[in-house]
Amino acid sequence: MAFTEQEILAGLAEIVNEETGLPADSVELDKSFTDDLDIDSLSMMTIVTQAEDKFGVTIPDDEVKNLVTVGDAVSFIAGAQA
Amino acid sequence: MTQLTSIQPVAGTRILGIGGFRGERVVPNDEIIAPIDSSDEWIRQRTGIVTRRRAAESTTILDMAVAAANEALEMAGTTPDELDVVLLSTVTYFEQTPALAARVADAIGATPAAAYDVSAACAGYCYGIGQADALVRSGQARKVLVIGVERMSDFIDPTDRSISFLLGDGAGAAVVGPADVPGIGPTVWGADGSLAGHIYQTDSWLNLREGTGNDTPADIQGGTWPTLRQNGPSVFKWVITNVPDIARRAVEAAGLTMADIDVFVPHQANLRITDQLVKTLGLREDVVVARDIVETGNTSAASIPLATERLLREGQARSGQVALQIGFGAGMAFAAQVVLLP
Repeated sequence: MAFTEQEILAGLAEIVNEETGLPADSVELDKSFTDDLDIDSLSMMTIVTQAEDKFGVTIPDDEVKNLVTVGDAVSFIAGAQA
Repeated sequence: MTQLTSIQPVAGTRILGIGGFRGERVVPNDEIIAPIDSSDEWIRQRTGIVTRRRAAESTTILDMAVAAANEALEMAGTTPDELDVVLLSTVTYFEQTPALAARVADAIGATPAAAYDVSAACAGYCYGIGQADALVRSGQARKVLVIGVERMSDFIDPTDRSISFLLGDGAGAAVVGPADVPGIGPTVWGADGSLAGHIYQTDSWLNLREGTGNDTPADIQGGTWPTLRQNGPSVFKWVITNVPDIARRAVEAAGLTMADIDVFVPHQANLRITDQLVKTLGLREDVVVARDIVETGNTSAASIPLATERLLREGQARSGQVALQIGFGAGMAFAAQVVLLP
């Protein structure tokens, strides 16, 4: 069963919270992983790996640079579920 | 029908002694940040590295390997004539032939021991321990000297922001010999050459052959000497995705559980990788974790024996404890085994 975008956002927020300690409610669609959430490239890979597990999708390494905002990640994961 | 005689195997093997040599120069982050437009804080935060050790100009890779080898032999109480094999792992010996292992064997007085080099990058030492275990257990060799040695400073580009700033120079060595009770568990190993682009050499040596003037593409680009590069985030992802399972398989193959592991010695690639592995593996809270990278840097094939040597020398770990060691690197070569510390 596919996750809704709302569920993906909530799941990502949980992952980001666990990896960085940032409050889950600070993880909003328009936030930039690097500029707003201060997540570096290695932490981003941990988040990506956990998101792959959680949502059962594959996020290719080359795609990660395009996931600038949380919204980009939510859209990519939602699309990759199909 | 003619019957051949095969060698009688022995019950088990064990690491009898371990030794190390670190480059003489202590190189702090401040010394290398200018060409990469970085900062001490950035390097510490991304890698955990405070200093890396690099060899003095006059110290050769042979000198380094010999120093570590002699220290390991001394700890093992082994004389060079007892060695049947000298097995050396490196990616930074810049002579195609003869093997550095043969020169080391000669320098330490182990001739005519069989001697050969292994190219498995940061997994090389664990590849070596796996081979040494098999050679001794089969009866093919009485004792084997395993060396991991790297003079990474010959293979770096000071302006490279991907890997050069992590790297240090060092050598580690171990003597493997027979034991009544197995002290080296089965080796879980492999490689994935489809990911050769994760950690790579910028150019082939063959392109240097044409470099007699300023007319080759490499000369025109001004980068004739090949150096090392990595795609750091992809390597990081590969490690956190694959290494926990490799580690679990090695522990299971030894007939143990994670709760039996006293000491964890991963390849010293990056402290962030080590911390992530510790978080994932479910090791005991009191497990001793090797963090030699903070002061020594990433010394590729030498990092695991150097980190082990340090833990023993500083009394953080002791003889007889159960250690899980795991190497991983270029070619996405990996090897893990559980060993009893010497």
